[in-house]
Amino acid sequence: MQSPALPTPGAPVFRAVADCAVLAEFGSRIEGPVHEAVLRLDEALKRKPFDGLLETVPAYVNLLVVFDPLQCDHASVEQHLRGLLRGAAPAQRARAQREVLVCYEDELAPDLDAVAERTGLSREAVIDAHLRGHYQVFMYGFAPGYAYLGSVPEAIRLERKPAPVRGLRAGSVLIAGPQCLVTTMVMPTGWWVIGASPTQILSPEAQRPFLFDVGDAVVFRRISRAAYDAALP
Amino acid sequence: MSAPAARLRVMRVGPHVSVQDGGRRGLMRFGVPASGPMDRKSFAIAHAALGNPLDGAAIEVSVGGLALRCEQGAVSVALAGGGFRVRMNEQETGSWSVLSLQAGDTLEIDAGPWGSWCYLAFAGDVQAGQWLGSSATLATADFGSGLLKTDRLITVNRPRLLASESGAPLQRTLDCPVWARPARSVCCVLGPQERFFDEQALALLASEAYELTHSYDRMGVRLRGPALMPQGALSIPSEPIVRGSVQVSGDGTPTVLLSDHQTTGGYPKICTLLSDDVDRLAQCRPRDRFRFELLSPAQAVERTRERAQQRQAYWSYLGVVR
Repeated sequence: MQSPALPTPGAPVFRAVADCAVLAEFGSRIEGPVHEAVLRLDEALKRKPFDGLLETVPAYVNLLVVFDPLQCDHASVEQHLRGLLRGAAPAQRARAQREVLVCYEDELAPDLDAVAERTGLSREAVIDAHLRGHYQVFMYGFAPGYAYLGSVPEAIRLERKPAPVRGLRAGSVLIAGPQCLVTTMVMPTGWWVIGASPTQILSPEAQRPFLFDVGDAVVFRRISRAAYDAALP
Repeated sequence: MSAPAARLRVMRVGPHVSVQDGGRRGLMRFGVPASGPMDRKSFAIAHAALGNPLDGAAIEVSVGGLALRCEQGAVSVALAGGGFRVRMNEQETGSWSVLSLQAGDTLEIDAGPWGSWCYLAFAGDVQAGQWLGSSATLATADFGSGLLKTDRLITVNRPRLLASESGAPLQRTLDCPVWARPARSVCCVLGPQERFFDEQALALLASEAYELTHSYDRMGVRLRGPALMPQGALSIPSEPIVRGSVQVSGDGTPTVLLSDHQTTGGYPKICTLLSDDVDRLAQCRPRDRFRFELLSPAQAVERTRERAQQRQAYWSYLGVVR
């Protein structure tokens, strides 16, 4: 087993994926500068694609670049990516700020008491902490429209539950460790359910079906149960 | 003026039978896998045999089987993929063939000697629901055109009835090319997270046979074989996944991810299959055994290009310019 150099934001490692992709890796831990580097390369590729580029997938520490092997290969793609990284740092895309409504009441927040108990806070203090967090979309995964938001304030970070709970409503607001997520469909989850949102993250019929781009900032705004019921589509 | 729509009734259908098209491409960054056919090549062949665009909607039949009755109109259909047992009006036909159905005809497709997926394409436009611009069914969420249920009516707009040289409705058997058969060895490239495996695990991967288990659906197939123990990889940040990724859980069990895969995941991927080999693995059945053939990235690209060349002959046999 070779021991490759550790990737850094300034010196990424390029890993081959099958016959059709390169994974550009900028670090090995979830850190702001690492994710920034992922977003910068993604943005640069959008502006300056190569022939045969099929799609890119940004994640916490790396960017997957998928290509058509009949048009290019790993070496030519890596060369293109290195060229982009050498070029002047692209102007930052103005990252949007998105608002997500959340109701923390009644059966919409089945785990709020448990989170309060485990963190030693009151229900209101848990809600305040959640609302005060500075969130950014790090990546999508798990299921369509499942956007991983970070970071949840230290005070309310909990390990996930030992076993997943089934049949959770779409729009549930979940936390686990430093991550927060608003579900888009009925799915099982081992994360803590602290509220529910009527905000549509995924609108299949819309011109722009996904509310967030990776990199967007997200703020949560508290609403009452009445407002939640009224806002449901 | 085009012919009136052909309508076919689902008389009987097993699990995992769905409408698929060329796939919902380019949305992995939003958590959406491409879905589409488990065996992309056989799917394309079924369309090509009818002169259709290769990415239109068609039906993916699982070993659970499908029986249809044409209730109205007339339409030619093509079957490709796997070695299924196909009967038209209770008469056995070739499992890879072009048939022409008219009102009253029945078509039954059931598991045969080999293969897991058979494609039924129609000469015409299958009326299919769309989700995010594609009819491909994402089975875990039943998004897209959806899983087939008994009694569902399949409507084919602008149906065509292909004719043989004598003018009679076309009935033609298609050759099943060697490269569309189940794999006994699959080509893959090490990584992208092979660094979490020691020499011993990598040697096992390269030398031992692995077997498909019954944990096999459109998301992936779990394998049985010597454990590939990962070293200290339990907390890697979630990373992008592709169709063909071989992820290994903490107990050393590999799973090959398939058409409806999650788009990111935190298990280390020891190797990744070439897209083409995913098709051939998908046609294996639980208990079938295969080996991993490890290629360098450059060899993998070369292999893919050679294969594309070799296929030209088959496309011209079908009468299609590719």
